[in-house]
Amino acid sequence: MLLIDCPHCGPRAQSEFVYDRTLDAIVQLAMVPSDAMTTLYTRANPRGWSDELWHHRFGCRTWLVVRRQTVTHAIELVRAW
Amino acid sequence: MTFTFDGVAMHAEPGDTLAAALLRNGVRLVGRSFKYHRPRGVMSAGVEEPNALVTVGTGGRTEPNTRATDVFVYDGLVAVSQNRWPSLKFDVGAILGLAAPVFAAGFYYKTFFGPPQRWMLYERFIRRAAGLGPAPTDADPDAFEHRAAFCDVLVVGSGPAGLAAAGAAAAAGERVLLVEQDAELGGTVLADDGDLAPIAAAQAAITAANGRILTRTTASGLWDHGFVTLSQRVTEPGQPGPLAQRYWQVRAKRIVFAAGAIERPLTFAGNDRPGVMLARAVRTYIRRFGVLPGRRVIIATNNDDAYKTADAVAAAGGKVVAILDARHSFSAIARTANQRYPVYLKATPRCALGRGGHLTAVEADTAPGRRAFAADCLAVSGGFTPVVHLHSSGGGKLDWRDDIQAFVPGATLQNLTTVGSAAGEIEAIGAATVSLDHPKSSFIDFQNDVTAADVDLAWTEGYRSVEHLKRYTTLGMGTDQGKTSNMTALARLAGAGASTIPAAGLTTFRPPYTPLTLGALAGPDGGGHAAPSRRLALAARHDAHSPIWQPLGLWHRPRAYPQGAESLHDAALREARAVRTAAGIIDVSTLAKFIVAGPDAAALLEIVCATGVAKLATARGRYTFMLREDGMVTDDGTVWRLGETRYLLTSSTGGADRMEAHLGYAHRVLAPHLRASIVAVQEQLAGIALAGPDAAAILERLISAAPPAHMGVADAIVAGVPVLILAASYSGERAFELYPAGDAAGPVWDALNAAGAVPYGIEALEFLRIEKGHIVVGGEADGRTTPHDLRLERMLRKGGGFIGASALDRPALAAPDRLQLVGLTSPTPIPEGAMLVAAAGAPVEGHITAGGLHVIGDGGVALALLRGGRGRNGETMLATSPTRGTEARVTVTDPIFYDAEGARYRG
Repeated sequence: MLLIDCPHCGPRAQSEFVYDRTLDAIVQLAMVPSDAMTTLYTRANPRGWSDELWHHRFGCRTWLVVRRQTVTHAIELVRAW
Repeated sequence: MTFTFDGVAMHAEPGDTLAAALLRNGVRLVGRSFKYHRPRGVMSAGVEEPNALVTVGTGGRTEPNTRATDVFVYDGLVAVSQNRWPSLKFDVGAILGLAAPVFAAGFYYKTFFGPPQRWMLYERFIRRAAGLGPAPTDADPDAFEHRAAFCDVLVVGSGPAGLAAAGAAAAAGERVLLVEQDAELGGTVLADDGDLAPIAAAQAAITAANGRILTRTTASGLWDHGFVTLSQRVTEPGQPGPLAQRYWQVRAKRIVFAAGAIERPLTFAGNDRPGVMLARAVRTYIRRFGVLPGRRVIIATNNDDAYKTADAVAAAGGKVVAILDARHSFSAIARTANQRYPVYLKATPRCALGRGGHLTAVEADTAPGRRAFAADCLAVSGGFTPVVHLHSSGGGKLDWRDDIQAFVPGATLQNLTTVGSAAGEIEAIGAATVSLDHPKSSFIDFQNDVTAADVDLAWTEGYRSVEHLKRYTTLGMGTDQGKTSNMTALARLAGAGASTIPAAGLTTFRPPYTPLTLGALAGPDGGGHAAPSRRLALAARHDAHSPIWQPLGLWHRPRAYPQGAESLHDAALREARAVRTAAGIIDVSTLAKFIVAGPDAAALLEIVCATGVAKLATARGRYTFMLREDGMVTDDGTVWRLGETRYLLTSSTGGADRMEAHLGYAHRVLAPHLRASIVAVQEQLAGIALAGPDAAAILERLISAAPPAHMGVADAIVAGVPVLILAASYSGERAFELYPAGDAAGPVWDALNAAGAVPYGIEALEFLRIEKGHIVVGGEADGRTTPHDLRLERMLRKGGGFIGASALDRPALAAPDRLQLVGLTSPTPIPEGAMLVAAAGAPVEGHITAGGLHVIGDGGVALALLRGGRGRNGETMLATSPTRGTEARVTVTDPIFYDAEGARYRG
C-alpha cells in the first residue's frame, strides 16, 4: 500500500488512487496513426525510475504525475499533471 | 476455570494457554499428525507450534487448526482433537499404518504425471486419511471490525529489546504503538524469571506519551511505505463476545521489529513423540505457568541457553536425568552445570522410545558410547532462528550467519530496524554432525510429516533448490509455515549435497505471519454490507408494484412487475406488448449523465464521442458512441445540446464510473486548454422513459403542449415538477425521457402511471431493444468489437480527432473473419450464450449475445456475433448450447426485426 503525497490532499493511501499509465504511453490526439499505435503498445517498462500518470479518483480527482522506482516502490516526486 | 478437551472436563488456572492447561492435566497426546496419524503432543510454547493443533469452539464459532499454545483458556472453552477416528487414543489410520507408503516425498508430483486413473484411485483414500480439522458449516455469529491507525514508531514484540526501544521512543516524545502477540508483555522475560521492572517502566512511558499498547495482536504483514497490518484477538478463539477480532491497518513512520527468535528442534528417530519438547518451551511451562511437563527430564542441546531449562526443572522438583551437549568441549556454563547434573559432551539423541504415545526412554550417543536413559520428557535445543518475517515481507534481504546457523535481517527498503534476537543477538551454537539411523522416522517438518528421508529423496531426485523442495515435499507449508522446520530442512539439504545453506536459499516469507481468519479480513463488510447498495429514487414506487429486483452493478432495478402468478417471462412479454400497443414507463435513472458546459464544450465532447457533435442544433440530440484508444467501442449513449454552450451526455449505467474518468482524462490530460467543465449528474436527475404509440398523447395531456419531435428537447412541468424532456427512443416506439430532480420524481411517475402508462422492467426493455437491434455495452459491444463490427461505421465522424480514431485503420480490423453483429431468426426460441456452428460438431463461428422473440407475433429472434457476419445473410446455422442441452436452427439476417424504416418512433 503505497503512500502518495497528493499536492492538494496531502499523503494518502494508494487505495484512493488509480494508476493510469506511464507518461510515455499517453496518445496525443494529433499523433499520426503509426506513432499513436507505437505509443499505445510499445512501452519502455523500465527497471528503475518510471514516470506515471495516476488519478486521485477517490479524492480530489486530480490527475497526477508520480515518479516511482519500480524495484523499490520509492516515490521521488508527485505533482499535478 | 473449567474447559473440556474431547468431552472431558478439566481445570485451568487464570492465564493458562490451552497447551499449559492440557499439560497441567497430564494430557500428553493432543492430536494425530497430518499424513501418518502419528501421536503428537505439545512441542512449543508459542505460535510456532506444529503439533498441538485443535478445534476450538462450537457451532459457527468453531475455529479448526488452532494452536493450543496460542489460545488462552476461558471458562467453558471447548476443544476437540483432530485427524483421528474413532478416537484420539485409538486411531484406525495410525494402527493400519496405511498412509506411510503413499505419502513419501513427491507423491503428488509422481501421481499427477502418471495415468489419471491412479489419482482417481488415490484421491478418495487421501481425502479421508489426510487433513486437519474440518471447517465449520454454520454462519459465523461473531463481529469483526477494521481500524486504521498512525504512529511515529511501531514496535513489534515486547521482549526486552522491544520494550527498551518502545520506552526510549516514548521518552523522546514519539507516539508509540507497541504490539505483542502474547496476552502478556515481556517475551522471554516471562520464561527466564527476568526482571519485570522494565516492563512496568516502558508501559508507563508509552502511556504518558499518548502511545498505545496492544496485546494479543500480531503484525501479520509489512507492505510498502511503512504500512503494517495487525490482527488483534479481542476474544479468544471460540469465545462469545461483542467483538471477536479487530484488524488494524497502520501507517508507521518508523518500525522497530523485535519479534525474537524461535528455537529449533533436533533431528533423530522418534523426535515427534509426545514428551519431546523445545527446551525453552519446557522452561516457559515451568516458570510462567507452574507446570512441570515431565518428572524425569533429559536435555539435548548444542548451546548454553538450554542449561537454564535444567535449572528450571530442578527448581520445580523434577530430575535432570542427563544433559546431552553436542559440543566437543565444556563451555563455562556447561562446566558449572556439570557439578549439579550429569553432562555428556559430543552427545546427541539417537532415538526417542515410548509406549502408547508417551516418551519412556532416550537412546543417545555420548562420548563414552551409546547408552539409554529412562525419561518422560526430552527438552531439545538446536539453536535459535531469528524471526525475520516482517523484515522479509517488507522487501528486506537476508544475510547468513554461520555461527548461529541462521539468516538475519540485511538491507531493507523500509524505515525498519530489527533489534534483539530477531537481529541475530543469539549465542553461537556447536557444530552439528547428523547421521541418522532411521531417517524415515526422523521428522523435520512435524506439521506436514516431512522426514529426513523425504528431504534426502527430493535431493536424490534432483530437487536442489529450496523452492522446489518445498513444493515437492510440502515442507514449510501449513499453518506454521515452517517456523520450526525451515532451517533444519536447509541444514539437511546442505548436508545431503556439497552445498551450503546460503546456496540452497530460503523460501520467501509472505504474510500473514500467523493464520488469519477470513472474518478478520472481511471485518464489518459481510452479509448485506459486502458492497454498498444503490437504491433508485423511485424505489418505493416500484415496490408498490412488487417487482422482481435485479442487481446491476451496485444498483437494483426492477426486472419485471409480475401480476398474480405470472412468470418472469410472461410478465416481461405482457409489459413489452403494452409498449408496442399502448404506452409504458420504465425507470432509467441509473443512466450515466454528464453536463458538459463552456465555450469549448462541443470540442471536448468531440474528443470523447466518435460521432459528430459540433453541428448539433440547439434543443436537438443524437445517438453517439465512444471508443477506447485501441478503436473498440467502449460505451454508447446520447448527446443533447441544451443551450448554446451547454450539453447533456448520457451513457450506459454500468460504464458510469469509467466514463467519468474517461471524460476527465480527455479534458485534463489530452486537452487541458479547452474551456469547459464536466459535472456528473447521474444521481441528481431521476429518469423515466415513456414509450408507446400512446406516449405522445399522454405527454401532451400532462404538459398541455405539443411534445418535442423525435430527438428534440423541451422543458416542461409535469404534476407540478419541472422536467427536462428528451424525445429519444430505445424501444423503437415514439418515446420520451423525462428527467425531474431525483427527490421530486415521485409525482411524475404517478402522473404517467395514472394517465395509463404501464410500468415495465428491464426484461421487457431487453425484448424491445433486441427486436430493434440496439447494441448493449457488455453484450454486443464486448470490448473486442469495432464500430464496423457493430455496423456503426457510417456514424463515425470524418476527419477523426477523437479517441480511438488512430487505431481504426489497422489492417487486422478489416479482416474478413472478424466477429460481426448479425441478427438471427428462428421459429423456436434461440438460447442466449449458445455457439453458432454450421452443423453439429463443426467449428464454432460465433455466439448469441442476446436472445429474444417477436414481441407481437411468433418466433425467436436474436443478436449474435458471427465470423464475417456482415456478408452472410440468408445462411442457416445451428445455435447450440450443449451445457443446457438446447439448440435451434437459425437464419442469419440484418440485426433488426421490427420497423426497419423507423416510422414508429418518429411518430
